[in-house]
Amino acid sequence: MPDPAPAVVVDGVSKAFSLPKERVHTLKERALHPLRRREHETFSALTDVSFDVKRGEFFGIVGRNGSGKSTLLKCMAGIYKTDSGQVLVAGRVSTFIELGVGFNPDLAARDNAILNAIMLGLTRREAIERYDRIIDFAGLREFEELKLKNYSSGMLVRLAFSVMIQVDADVLLIDEVLAVGDAAFQQKCYDEFNRLRDEGRTILLVTHDMGTVARFCDRAMLLEQGNVMQIGEPDSVASEYFETNFGRGGAAEADLKHHQGDGSVEIADAWFEDGGGNRVNAVAQGRRAAFVAVVQFIEAHDDPVFAFSLGTDGHNIAFATSTLWQEEHTGSFAAGERVGFRVSFDNYFAPGRYHATPWVARRGSGQDVHVRVKDMASVVITGARSGGGLVDVPHKLRIERTEVHAT
Amino acid sequence: MSAEASVGELRPMRGPSALGGDPRRFWTLTWTLAVLEFRLKFFGSILGYFWQLMRPLLLFGVLYFVFTELVRIGGGVKNYPVMLLMGIIFYTFFAEATGTSVGSVPDRESLVRKVHFPRLVIPLSVVLTTYLNFVLNFAAVMIFVLASGIAPRVSWLEIFPLILGLGVLSTGIGTLLAALFVRYRDVQPIWDVALQISFYGSPILYAIETIPDERLQHLIMCSPLAVIVQQARHAIIDPGAPSAAEAIGGAPWLLIPFGILVFVCALGFYVFDRSAPHIAEEL
Repeated sequence: MPDPAPAVVVDGVSKAFSLPKERVHTLKERALHPLRRREHETFSALTDVSFDVKRGEFFGIVGRNGSGKSTLLKCMAGIYKTDSGQVLVAGRVSTFIELGVGFNPDLAARDNAILNAIMLGLTRREAIERYDRIIDFAGLREFEELKLKNYSSGMLVRLAFSVMIQVDADVLLIDEVLAVGDAAFQQKCYDEFNRLRDEGRTILLVTHDMGTVARFCDRAMLLEQGNVMQIGEPDSVASEYFETNFGRGGAAEADLKHHQGDGSVEIADAWFEDGGGNRVNAVAQGRRAAFVAVVQFIEAHDDPVFAFSLGTDGHNIAFATSTLWQEEHTGSFAAGERVGFRVSFDNYFAPGRYHATPWVARRGSGQDVHVRVKDMASVVITGARSGGGLVDVPHKLRIERTEVHAT
Repeated sequence: MSAEASVGELRPMRGPSALGGDPRRFWTLTWTLAVLEFRLKFFGSILGYFWQLMRPLLLFGVLYFVFTELVRIGGGVKNYPVMLLMGIIFYTFFAEATGTSVGSVPDRESLVRKVHFPRLVIPLSVVLTTYLNFVLNFAAVMIFVLASGIAPRVSWLEIFPLILGLGVLSTGIGTLLAALFVRYRDVQPIWDVALQISFYGSPILYAIETIPDERLQHLIMCSPLAVIVQQARHAIIDPGAPSAAEAIGGAPWLLIPFGILVFVCALGFYVFDRSAPHIAEEL
């Protein structure tokens, strides 16, 4: 397939907001203090952002809160005027910003849906014709006469999303559609994304969900404080995203209160590695991964126990192991000696954030702790699917009819 | 499957503006917003239309009582009650259109912050909604006029340019106020006071010819609102009452209120057009 033409070109877009330090809201204040200069702080939301998106491409925009994602989307949608640079778009644009298009809470869903379809570029007749498809896709037929102020936020999002995809836009700008809405509707959105992509429409999706990025996006872009940090493969953008979120290394700020022991041993550093031995903050599910701790002996010890546990965000232990169960002695260590402690494993954990707690204890029960640092290193396991369990054990699933079963 | 050929070429996405480039879309949006707003008022409460009509009628009732029974200003004026009611209906249009325009942009924040559309649609739709209300109110007044024994005349047709002029005036002021209000919230109370002044500064309560000082008559008639109210009285209620041209002291003087009208509209559009690109950020 030849390289398709770009559908969206963002060329050197910058946008700054001027925030008055002390907001002068009234003429009276101005009249009373005519000489006081209004002090402004300029907040640079976007700095020289350039990228392009090809026709039919599914492009993810990720970044932390306040990194400029939504501002960028609003500049592209023509809601904000850019300070410099320009945005070029081929065809009609449809937007889904801040949980949907504008709604009037006192009007029924039907009127709002039609109003929004018109707002997004349909003619009145087209909007009325498509109303049935909109309300059916949203699954809100029985609530169509209900005033919107009585809608739940999930229902609002469903309605807004349905309007957005029914207006035949060539380019869709979508901000955080999947944050609200139940699992069934999310699945519907995913199916719709696939359909839109098959139809050759261009989709730009702002999201925090790296699973969605990995699953749908052809490419992704990471924004950080208004700057483009990276544009590229969804996987590498996702792991870069986790690094900006959780910081590289992670061991440095180990909290003192999480630190316990008799002081005869210290753990100098701890981190996760991917299969290639690179220090990472995110590893993809199904790949090889390792936990590494650097253990510093202050006093000499003979045959200590090295142990490690991996806890979830919910403080469940997903996995734990130690040298206690090994037949061999771990050896004798002199004062001042520094050794590495490595746990390599196949990463079958469910997507999510995990925290590693390494410890070193006296031989025996393992309860007499030399050092233990709770949640010393963190890792995010990425993956598009999760069955809902703590681990996704490699498995096969098949359906067998009873007669087949007999063999 | 190949991508659609009709998707079109890359075009610059222009930022928000007052007018936008598509008159058809502009009109569709204005009309849609106006009708929805009208329906909200109409069906918002059980007696929606009843209150819409009762407000000016109650004001009329109070003023009529005060100025015929207590103060007796209207005693010597022919068809005073009809004149008073007509003036109130015109003034109500002006007050409603401009008063609603003031906060119209923040009121539609959810649209302004989320969709790309020509911003001038907002104040225009407010004026359009007011027209829809006005049609109903005006019908009620005309029943009153006929009941008072005033016979239809050809000059009644003047009502159309007069109502149009009232709409243009309200739109000009409304866009100006809407744009200013986004930055300066005290436009609201200032305009409330200005509306009070414009009520007493127009020949609604009193007949213009009853003012003893002729210069004061001319001064009052410099207001475009006063011209419209006075001319409506002359054309519909009482051909014996001075026309706007007579009341201001000669037709050439009408250039002053006309000039004010044009100036206000130009200023309103200019200010709104300048602030339109940044209106979404300032909310």
